[in-house]
Amino acid sequence: MSLDTLTRPWKAFSYGFLDASAKREMRRKILKAIAVPGCQMPYASREVPIARGWGTGGLQATLTLVHPGSVVKVIDQGADDSVNAASIRRFIARVSGAATTLDTLEATILQSRHRVPEEKLRSDQVLVLQVPNPEPLRPVEPNMSVARQMHADADYGRMWLQLYEQIVRSGRVMQGASYPSLVNGRHVMTPSPIPRWDVPKLNMAEHLTILSAGREKRLFAVPPFTRVEPLVFDDVPYRVEEHGALSCHRSGALGFFMNEIPQEDGTARYEISDSQLGVKHLDGEAPGETWYRDGEFAT
Amino acid sequence: MTLLREAPRLVQAQPLLRMERVHKRYGDVVALEDVSAEVYPGEVLGIVGESGSGKSTLLRMMNLEDLPDAGHYRLDLPGVPEDLFTLDGYARRMLRAHHIGIVYQNPHLGLLMKNSSSGNVAERLLIAGERRFAVLRDKARDALAASEFPLDRMDAPPVELSGGMQQRVQLAKAIALEPAVLLLDEPTTGLDVSVQALVLDTLKRLQRERRITMVIVSHDLGVIRTMADRVIVMRRGLVVEAGLVDQVFQDPQAAYTQALVHAKL
Repeated sequence: MSLDTLTRPWKAFSYGFLDASAKREMRRKILKAIAVPGCQMPYASREVPIARGWGTGGLQATLTLVHPGSVVKVIDQGADDSVNAASIRRFIARVSGAATTLDTLEATILQSRHRVPEEKLRSDQVLVLQVPNPEPLRPVEPNMSVARQMHADADYGRMWLQLYEQIVRSGRVMQGASYPSLVNGRHVMTPSPIPRWDVPKLNMAEHLTILSAGREKRLFAVPPFTRVEPLVFDDVPYRVEEHGALSCHRSGALGFFMNEIPQEDGTARYEISDSQLGVKHLDGEAPGETWYRDGEFAT
Repeated sequence: MTLLREAPRLVQAQPLLRMERVHKRYGDVVALEDVSAEVYPGEVLGIVGESGSGKSTLLRMMNLEDLPDAGHYRLDLPGVPEDLFTLDGYARRMLRAHHIGIVYQNPHLGLLMKNSSSGNVAERLLIAGERRFAVLRDKARDALAASEFPLDRMDAPPVELSGGMQQRVQLAKAIALEPAVLLLDEPTTGLDVSVQALVLDTLKRLQRERRITMVIVSHDLGVIRTMADRVIVMRRGLVVEAGLVDQVFQDPQAAYTQALVHAKL
């Protein structure tokens, strides 16, 4: 018997890049996060070969969940073709052997930055969101120890105070992205910088959402069929962006979240933010069921 | 020392606030030693004493910000448990939000300086669970009006306001929920004499109109004489003397009180 027979052959890295203990820790923290929806769980946050702030949190969650049968889609602000999305997608495929796709309906793991796809996710899909700042209380309480105590006490009065101030100052709620939301009636979370348009998609959704912040070393989750309620006053309703009547200048798709493209003459054109949905419209392919229909959230 | 004996004879009611045999040490320093106090509904209790006499510590205990080494504290209100010192942090916070109002000497302690003034008042209502914007707005306006704050500045942040105005915002925040007891920690110290008189005027009017039970801490005998019905004189963590204001100030019994009353610049 020689050493060769007892050990595995040398490889440059373990399956899925992260070593087994790192993945085990991630799995345990993900399970914990699912058990207490919206509650931030600290984790070690290992080094991955992209810089902090470029999706290391999301990438670690994806690398932990991925297996050779997975189909991975990576989105950056709705686009599959940005440099960051393309390199993360290629990296995941290289270290895991998983298939990649651009189609929301085909994917089993969707890692995203700042958007939730427009096509409805199913119970066999996992959405991994990259989170720059996991602490919704940071704008109102800079001391993180105090903020944790406030989470423990469900002391969220200051969050509403923030909204109060915005309405007093500007006549409406100005919070555009990262709209603070109450998960399962207990914890307030920031849904990562997704627009207000996307927040209702998380409410009672069929899919699991994992939100992971690599630099801040915190992850939290929204399990399937969990209430996600944006914080609002009883007499000031929640409003999503007014994109319902806009159409995409390239694909003609109507009633989805649009990117505004300023033109030289001072006007603006709009382009659908979910790039693959735009491609489907161009190709005349029928899209899957979408959360919004004719610019209205379909309940 | 028990104060029950010295309570106003006409008062038939049970004391609203009762602190019994409170002890507190910070390291070697004895902050409070066997201090008891009672406050009756609608009454104003003054606490005087020099710096370091324990008067502010006592007020912090009344506000449940700090816990004593020994002692009991009860508020005679429906649904409030027997000894408030035994409550956990969450229950103490909720009790404080609903039943106790406080005005600090330093407005930075009581206010969010960069939020609007009306927002500061609204925060208290938000903690108590109010979630209707219009109601928050109306109640904040009412409370600010009651503390004689100029309403055209209700959305200005306290950093931009004068000291007297900041105290009025604190006062509005404290009375917004109509607390059972209002605690005032040197509310007019640091204000100039004319502003001090105006703020005391407002306090006096509120007390008269709403019959708010107050505890006012001050080292200024003039403030206590104007505001309080009864007074506790404290020194080195001990209650030196207690009684009706007129009685204590006209005919002080303890040597320290005599010195205090006769000390003049």
